[in-house]
Amino acid sequence: MLRYTVKRLLQLAVALLGLTLLLFAWFKALPGGPENRMLPDNATDQQREALRQALGLDEPIWSQYGEFLSRLVHLDFGSSLSSGRPVATELADRLPATIELSLAAMVIAIGIGIPLGYLAARKRGSWLDFGAVSGSLVGICIPVFFLAAMLKVVFAQELAWLPTAFRLSPGLDYTEVTGLRVLDGIITGELDVAWDAFLHLVLPAIALASIPLAVITRITRASVLEVVGEDYVRTADAKGLKPQTIRGRHVMKNAMLPVVTVIGLLLGSLFSGAVLTESVFAFGGVGSFIYQATTERDYPALMGFILIIAVFYVVLNLIVDLSYGFLDPRVRVRS
Amino acid sequence: MRTSRPSIARRALGAAASALIALGLFTACGAGGDDEAEGDVNTAENFDFQCPEREDAERAPDEEANENTPFVFGSPGNPSSMDPVFASDGETFRVTRQVFDTLLKHDCTEIVPGLAESYEQNETGTEWTFHLREGVTFHDGTPLDGAAVCANFDRWYNFTGGYQSPNYTYYYSSFFGGFKENDPDMGIEAESNYAGCEADGLTATVKIHEYTANFPGAFSMATTAIVSPASLAQITDDQVKTADDPLPEYTQTAGVLAGTGPYKFVDWDHSAQSLTLERFDDYWGEPAKVKTLIFRTISDETARRQALEAGDIQGYDLVAPADVVPLQEAGFQVPTRGVFNILYMTYNQLDERLADHTVREALSYAVNRQRLVNSVLPPGGTVATQFMPPSLDGWSEDVVKYEYDPDKAEELLAEAGQEDMTIKFCYPTDVSRPYMPAPKDIFDIIAADLEAVGVTVEATPITWVEYIPATRSGDCPLYLLGWTGDFNEAYNFLGTWFSTETTEWGFDNQAIFDGLAEAAAEPDPAVRAEHWTELNEMIMEELPGLPISHSPPSIAFAPEIYPMDVSPLTQEDFSDLYFAAE
Repeated sequence: MLRYTVKRLLQLAVALLGLTLLLFAWFKALPGGPENRMLPDNATDQQREALRQALGLDEPIWSQYGEFLSRLVHLDFGSSLSSGRPVATELADRLPATIELSLAAMVIAIGIGIPLGYLAARKRGSWLDFGAVSGSLVGICIPVFFLAAMLKVVFAQELAWLPTAFRLSPGLDYTEVTGLRVLDGIITGELDVAWDAFLHLVLPAIALASIPLAVITRITRASVLEVVGEDYVRTADAKGLKPQTIRGRHVMKNAMLPVVTVIGLLLGSLFSGAVLTESVFAFGGVGSFIYQATTERDYPALMGFILIIAVFYVVLNLIVDLSYGFLDPRVRVRS
Repeated sequence: MRTSRPSIARRALGAAASALIALGLFTACGAGGDDEAEGDVNTAENFDFQCPEREDAERAPDEEANENTPFVFGSPGNPSSMDPVFASDGETFRVTRQVFDTLLKHDCTEIVPGLAESYEQNETGTEWTFHLREGVTFHDGTPLDGAAVCANFDRWYNFTGGYQSPNYTYYYSSFFGGFKENDPDMGIEAESNYAGCEADGLTATVKIHEYTANFPGAFSMATTAIVSPASLAQITDDQVKTADDPLPEYTQTAGVLAGTGPYKFVDWDHSAQSLTLERFDDYWGEPAKVKTLIFRTISDETARRQALEAGDIQGYDLVAPADVVPLQEAGFQVPTRGVFNILYMTYNQLDERLADHTVREALSYAVNRQRLVNSVLPPGGTVATQFMPPSLDGWSEDVVKYEYDPDKAEELLAEAGQEDMTIKFCYPTDVSRPYMPAPKDIFDIIAADLEAVGVTVEATPITWVEYIPATRSGDCPLYLLGWTGDFNEAYNFLGTWFSTETTEWGFDNQAIFDGLAEAAAEPDPAVRAEHWTELNEMIMEELPGLPISHSPPSIAFAPEIYPMDVSPLTQEDFSDLYFAAE
């Protein structure tokens, strides 16, 4: 298991190097330069040229890439062109919001999706099954930004049950520990903060959870349907095992393999959904920052953010892969 | 570029008439597509587009709320630095203006004394003497005097390394040319125009080598706000070696730099994108009415409106034109700003068809600018007749106006032999500018007008980062662009466009270039204004492009707020707003 993990981490390093090269080439191929967003509209060509020179954008690409790599080796991502702050600091400020939002969305998606998919499979053909299947179709089809906007109009504006924007109400005394505000509120005992942060999290998390929830429900249902038809389940039943044992040890554990794989893949798509959700709810996470950095050609910020997200994504998938070992002994034996 | 307060003097002038008209304007717009009604109001002679009168009555303050409830403002973007000299964006200035005072400021669109009680210039415009207010103290207790002012100017002049790059000191180098020693890596080639500063008690004299029309406007810019020398002593200006080094920590945290303004910085929470100001009790003017002011970033236009409607914020800027009337109908306040910007369509004469004056004239007659103003722009918008707003000295009544006349347009096109002209027309896709709230809508209306007289328009949408280079290089024969003024000076509008032959405009009219150089170097404001008047007439004769509109960006407030006077330069003074009782 250890060797396997080390090998995967080495692969990660190679993959990241390739990624930097691709990203760098791609950014440089994009037309337009950051100086056009950084200066006022009537800045003269001379001023724009001065800025390009000062930023080293007029140097050959290979030397720019070399400089980028040599910084990266020292774990220095440079500074954001639009805010003038270190990219690492921007990340530290924004990543917790996106992580909190993504975690909350995944908790909803997994917490509802798996039981719902299981029940739909076991009561196949029932109204519950029909509802789960068609509901998940709708969930996949509704664009995230539309759902986010609708949730906001109904629950935040018309009913006014929940806030329309931000992560916390103004004026709350908040002590930062992990940056995940609900968690921090609980850790520090500032329960008002935890509750307030939770209220701010509900709508964006539901919006972001819609697609993963739908996918997980469907995969779970299909997978459970397949597994309950297997010989070993019939055998276990024939042996007279208790239904709970069959469900836990034989059905669910085996049915979870494809579900776990899909969850790993969904984590990646969460980031793209987060761009829209964060923007609608002014949530202030990574998503909206990347969008802005792209339109502004803020190369250092983009490189830094995408690299970090890539690392996250690969590590999460590594964890998913390792969990196969727990779920499926055959994987353990082979590795 | 974006400052301050509306004028009491102007307000007194015909207040009653304007109030009626302003009211009429709102109701007219409430009628939606009713072109006729809107047209009437927008052309109403008494409506003051420069500084519309307030029509709301004074309201009693809610003292309890003012002390205990923070006023939360939804900003369209994040500020970038608490040291204003390093910024060139309106979001930073909106906040720093509450904390740092400038020597001069704007009352409506008029340049008036700020920290200086009065000021004078010598005959050649190379010495600017400021007589400072008495009894002004910085937030750190340091008294304001001439030496404090000079310390700031000397500091900027001595910037080295990355601080010289235009991403950090764009405005300083625009006004003062270069630095004491220009760093060759920063691309600044101009010699410094700063010739020193002399302090004598409460007097400070700033000297420049050669007059340019950036003065005195530059002294009203948020970037040249005066910072406490004692707080400057806590920092060193040598940490930023290159242009891509990050700004030092003190520019990103509250409590280091002290100003003289009605508010002081108390907190900047970057992860919440929230910046908190608190009333400064020893402010030299009238103390701020609301104790705590919070600026929170909501970049999405719709999200800002919804947050206001739900009560999560009490005000926000850059209201979408289409949201103005619904917000007012729902009881929110959308005071109309005066206009201080210009949107134009360039006729790039590198395209040889546009080098023909008759063609440029024809296209100008083809565009129904009044319809565009009525249907796309927010209330208070108006048709432009020249390349600067009417509130500036030097604006001319007598320019050629090219009023909408499609028949004449067709005739002229036929005369020029261009009845079947096909032309590329560029517009930006991913931005909205205060002078151009909905680029695509504006493009559509103009394009439809051009098509109506037989021109085939090749629509060319381009993202903003490519748009500027494309328009600069001459790739776009027709394109939309504009500018929001930094301060009351025609040079701030005309200067960057028409001072020399460029691929941006593609015209070569030496008389205009010479006239502009002469005007820009004329230190006497009255004589300068005459030059500008003449130039505006010459430029409209040449017709390098069609001035389209002046459009006030809209700002909105919750019903319980008594807003400050709004500023055509978006230089609102937040210390004047308060929570109203009932």
